[in-house]
This record gives sequence, C-alpha cells and structure tokens, in this order.
Amino acid sequence: MDSSARARPTSPHAEIYRWQIGNSLSILHRVTGVALALGLIALSYWLVSIAGGEQAYAAASGVFASGVGVICLIGWTFAFLYHLLNGVRHLFWDVGVGFERSQRHLSGWFAVLGAAALTLCVWGLVFAGHRA
Amino acid sequence: MSLRSPLGRVLGLGSAKDGTEHWWSQRVSAVALIPLTLWFLFSLLALPGLDYLTVRTWLSFPMSGFLAVLLVAVLTYHSYLGTTVIVEDYVPDAGTKLLFLLLLRFLYVLIGGAGIFAVLRVAFASP
Repeated sequence: MDSSARARPTSPHAEIYRWQIGNSLSILHRVTGVALALGLIALSYWLVSIAGGEQAYAAASGVFASGVGVICLIGWTFAFLYHLLNGVRHLFWDVGVGFERSQRHLSGWFAVLGAAALTLCVWGLVFAGHRA
Repeated sequence: MSLRSPLGRVLGLGSAKDGTEHWWSQRVSAVALIPLTLWFLFSLLALPGLDYLTVRTWLSFPMSGFLAVLLVAVLTYHSYLGTTVIVEDYVPDAGTKLLFLLLLRFLYVLIGGAGIFAVLRVAFASP
C-alpha cells in the first residue's frame, strides 16, 4: 500500500496548529501593517488636501470627520500603536533579548493591551479637546 | 575545496538570489519611523485645532515640512517592503506575483510622491 498518497498535515497546519498568543500577535502585526498601508494613502490624501487649499481641506476634513472616517482613524491609531509596540518587541528579539516563554507572553500582552490603552488616551484627548 | 563558483563566492548569495538586505532595510526604516511617527502624532495632538489655517501654518514651518517629507518617504519605503513580503508569501503563481509586485511599486511611488510633493508645495508656497 502506497502510504505517500495519504494526505498528511503540513506544519504549521491550520487544523492541527494550537492557537496561542504568539501566532495571534504575529498575524495581528501583519494585519495592522496592511491597515497602515491604507492609512498611508489617507495621510497622502490629507497632505495633498492641505496643499490644495481651503476647499480641498474642508472636503478631506468632511471625509475624516464622518462616521466611517472616525472609525478608520481610531482603527489606524490602534494599528499604529500596536505595530509600533510589537515592532519594538521584534527589535529586541533581533538583538537576542526576550526569547523566554514568560518574557514573550509578557511583552506580547504589553504590546496589545498597551496599544489599546494608548488608543483610548489619544482619542480621549481628541474628544476632550473637541468639546473644549 | 569549495564547489561554488568564484562569482558565487563573491556575491555570497545562494539560490534565493537575495541576502539579508530586505530584512535589514525593514529594521533600519522601522527604527527611523519610531521618532518620525511619534513626532507626527504629538504634533497633531499639540495643535490648538485642526482647522485649515492652523494646520497649514504648522506644515509651512521649515522643521515641520522637513520632518513630514522624511516621514512620508520612510513610511512609503517601510510599507513597500512589508507589503512586498506579504505578496511574496501569499501569491503562489509567479506571473501574478510579478504583476502584483510591479503594481505595488508603482502605487507606492505614486502615493509617496504625491504626499512629498504636497508638503513641498506648502513649504515653498509664496506667502
């Protein structure tokens, strides 16, 4: 019997791979990277609108201040802060620091919860300033 | 005795035809983006408002314009490197991959170029 015909799981295979914080945060790093790539388009558009004059800027401000616009901006804030904190985590790994299991988990939670907390801080400031 | 050709030894690259350059550029641009992005975030938060006159005045300062150009340039480069890896990872067909990689390159030059040109327009606008 030819056993090579049997479908064998390849590694890391989604069906047998145990989901954990490490791979979740790794995927989130990519996802936030792609989100920030779209954010770069928004940043360029914003800069072009400033150069374009008052009307162009008002149009861009309208887009960013809309419901979808604000949700995107909050999303980009979190994506940026997470990508920044997790990026620093990666830089520490690059120089060989923080590979222990407990350190990995601690720095991972720090990156994701820190980004969430800082996002709240930034948008708390924005909304507080808006009301004042 | 090595079986590698003299040219192969000089280039130091294997069948991947690529060394650590991409990886290294990604890290160097990442480090550069830490101060640049934080400067941008804190600058916006520090502005008294985001109305046209305030924002344009801020961007027309030489230091703001200079850092904004660097920000857009390095962001574009870093983002290009990152999305390139994603295309290389997830697009299996060689032809489609090449098409996407070229498309990414053109898009990034377009987006980065537009952003930088806009900052320069504000910086060098006649008062």
